[in-house]
Amino acid sequence: MSLLQIRNLHAQVGGHEILKGIDLTVNAGEVHSIMGPNGSGKSTLAQVLSRHQAFEVTGGEILFNGKDLLAMKPEEAACEGVFMAFQYPVEIPGIGNAYFVRTALNAIRKYRGLDELDAMDFLPLYREKMRLLDMDEKFMNRSVNEGFSGGEKKRNEILQMAMLEPRLAILDETDSGLDIDALRIVAQGVNVMRSPERAMIVVTHYQRLLNYIAPDFVHVLVDGRILRSGGPELALELEDKGYGWIETEAGQIAPASA
Amino acid sequence: MAVQTAQLESYLESFTDFTRAHASATPDWLRTLREEAFVRFCEVGFPTTRDEDWRFTNLSALVRTPFRLVRGNRAALAVSDLAPWIIENALARLVFVDGLFAPALSTIGSLPNGVVVDSLASEIARQNTANGAAAVAKHLGRYLDTRRDPFCALNTAFLEDGAFVHVARGVALGAELGAGIARPIHLLFVSTAGSESAPSPTPSMTHPRNLIVVEEEAQATIVEDYVSFGAEIPAFSNAATELVARGNSTVEHFMVEREHLQSFNFSTLRIEQARSANVVSHSLLSGGALVRNNVHPVLAGEGGECLINGLFVGSGRQHLDNYMLVEHASPHCASRQFYNGILDQRAHGVFHGRIIVHKDAQKTDAKQTNRNLLLADDAQIDTKPQLEIYADDVKCTHGATIGQIEDNALFYLRARGIGEIEARRLLLEAFAGECLGRIKPGAAHDYAHSVVEARLVSLAAPAPASSLTAESPERNLDSHWEEVG
Repeated sequence: MSLLQIRNLHAQVGGHEILKGIDLTVNAGEVHSIMGPNGSGKSTLAQVLSRHQAFEVTGGEILFNGKDLLAMKPEEAACEGVFMAFQYPVEIPGIGNAYFVRTALNAIRKYRGLDELDAMDFLPLYREKMRLLDMDEKFMNRSVNEGFSGGEKKRNEILQMAMLEPRLAILDETDSGLDIDALRIVAQGVNVMRSPERAMIVVTHYQRLLNYIAPDFVHVLVDGRILRSGGPELALELEDKGYGWIETEAGQIAPASA
Repeated sequence: MAVQTAQLESYLESFTDFTRAHASATPDWLRTLREEAFVRFCEVGFPTTRDEDWRFTNLSALVRTPFRLVRGNRAALAVSDLAPWIIENALARLVFVDGLFAPALSTIGSLPNGVVVDSLASEIARQNTANGAAAVAKHLGRYLDTRRDPFCALNTAFLEDGAFVHVARGVALGAELGAGIARPIHLLFVSTAGSESAPSPTPSMTHPRNLIVVEEEAQATIVEDYVSFGAEIPAFSNAATELVARGNSTVEHFMVEREHLQSFNFSTLRIEQARSANVVSHSLLSGGALVRNNVHPVLAGEGGECLINGLFVGSGRQHLDNYMLVEHASPHCASRQFYNGILDQRAHGVFHGRIIVHKDAQKTDAKQTNRNLLLADDAQIDTKPQLEIYADDVKCTHGATIGQIEDNALFYLRARGIGEIEARRLLLEAFAGECLGRIKPGAAHDYAHSVVEARLVSLAAPAPASSLTAESPERNLDSHWEEVG
């Protein structure tokens, strides 16, 4: 059974249809990249998968581990093993970083019938992952993302992912705005997480990230539909020719297939 | 005035009974103090919303209720009844039941030399008979504005009992050296519905009066705590506290209001600060139907510092009015006001922050911030800064914000596996935490924390879907303004 099966997914926000029939199957152990121009629906797909309620699903279905993902609240999806690294991580003044992650981790553990971790069990683990992401320990007690630079926020997302160990990780433009050093650290954090039990969906506008996180499959999303799917070579082709190439091609194909 | 005459009648009856009952044992100075105050109360009457200081708080429900002094039908409380309100590790606990000192419920451990913690009534009696407590004669009634404030006048008219705390020069009361924490003196005011055997309980009133004098270079932590016991019968608590912080003293004061929802709680904290005195006032308002909390520090000596920190949390139809009057009367003083409000359902909050900088108070540094979180469409906050500056070399800033729980923050927490109620609780706690973070560590801090935590748990429960679903159109209620003058 596939880890994630998306069938004919339609979604809208504020009356505008954004996803117009997405089909995608992701198996455990695979890394899929979803690329596409601005406004193509990449982030919407990521948000729907993490169950953001502002996006209204108007058709289709999503099975996660055989369960109906669309029937889940965001916290249920997270507890089932869905994790989205936010494109714009939210600042939450007054809640400490470590406290936040421990609360989340314990909520997930509780859902799965595991014992909660106390601070003594939690902190060594947290410190270890912080080192992996080259994060200073001072971030531990700072408020979640508050006053963090763009790169620090993205690293903090990957740190959370490393702690929560999801089955499906969705990286929503985790590379945007990062300099090459930060990108390397983030990619390294992600690559350590690759495993036969875990799948990843890497949403990106640019090809650069894929030099560091090698995908097994690349899909091109344009105007709410996946127009092309292929191997890593598709990303390189896009880098060469730009999204215009696919759009033009699609434009030519569409009437013919109509 | 004329309209109010009928209502004032019940106060007149109470006052007549009160003076008759105390006729024999009252020293002349006290009788005069009470009578003058009562006359003044009758002259001024209850304020209306036409009065600028009461613009947002309608008192008609208070005015039309005939309150009586509780006499003779006190509820019999046992120490075990106090369990929910015990501060672990307090230095002393004075309990007042319906305004009068209850020695059997109180504990006053061994105190350092020169420290008096007692009921004001017995202190006044002592002064009447023996050479007496000079501090009472010197300070009682000296600072409270009974001329203009009818509630202070009414309190003084019925002045009978409350707490008296006197900390001698140089004594760091309750301080555990090196630990950086302080043990508080807990003043617990329990308002009851009277004893069960009493005939139909009538609305009762109490006028607790506290005098706290912290001498030069001394230190103290005081918690004033207002709670209810028994059936929810309308009750009117009208407390006044005069806090005298002499030169270079350090005082931390708490006002905790969590009476039941039929309570009218009015309180005034009048602080007189001498040179280089450092006073911190924390107000936590969570209970009561109609609450008015006045905090009025006068920075009378050079180099004084005052922090007024507050959190008010209302739901249902609660009305919580915070009135601050910070008077800078000397140069080089600093004052800070930080108030956070959380309002749900149809609760109404008021923040009125007045700062007066007198002519000679050069180099004043005054700051005021009021932040509010509205959890429902019908919750309301009125926030009003009022700066009156008569000096020309000062720094005064003020700002206020009004917002809601942010949907994206809520989603971020939920997307990490944290359930919706828990996520809301975390966000409320974070907001309240700004205030709790300003409290020094120690028993009083932990107590305040538990009071707030208990209150927020109830607010975090699912709200009516209409106002909180992510689908509802985004409203932008945020406003921010900051001025420097």
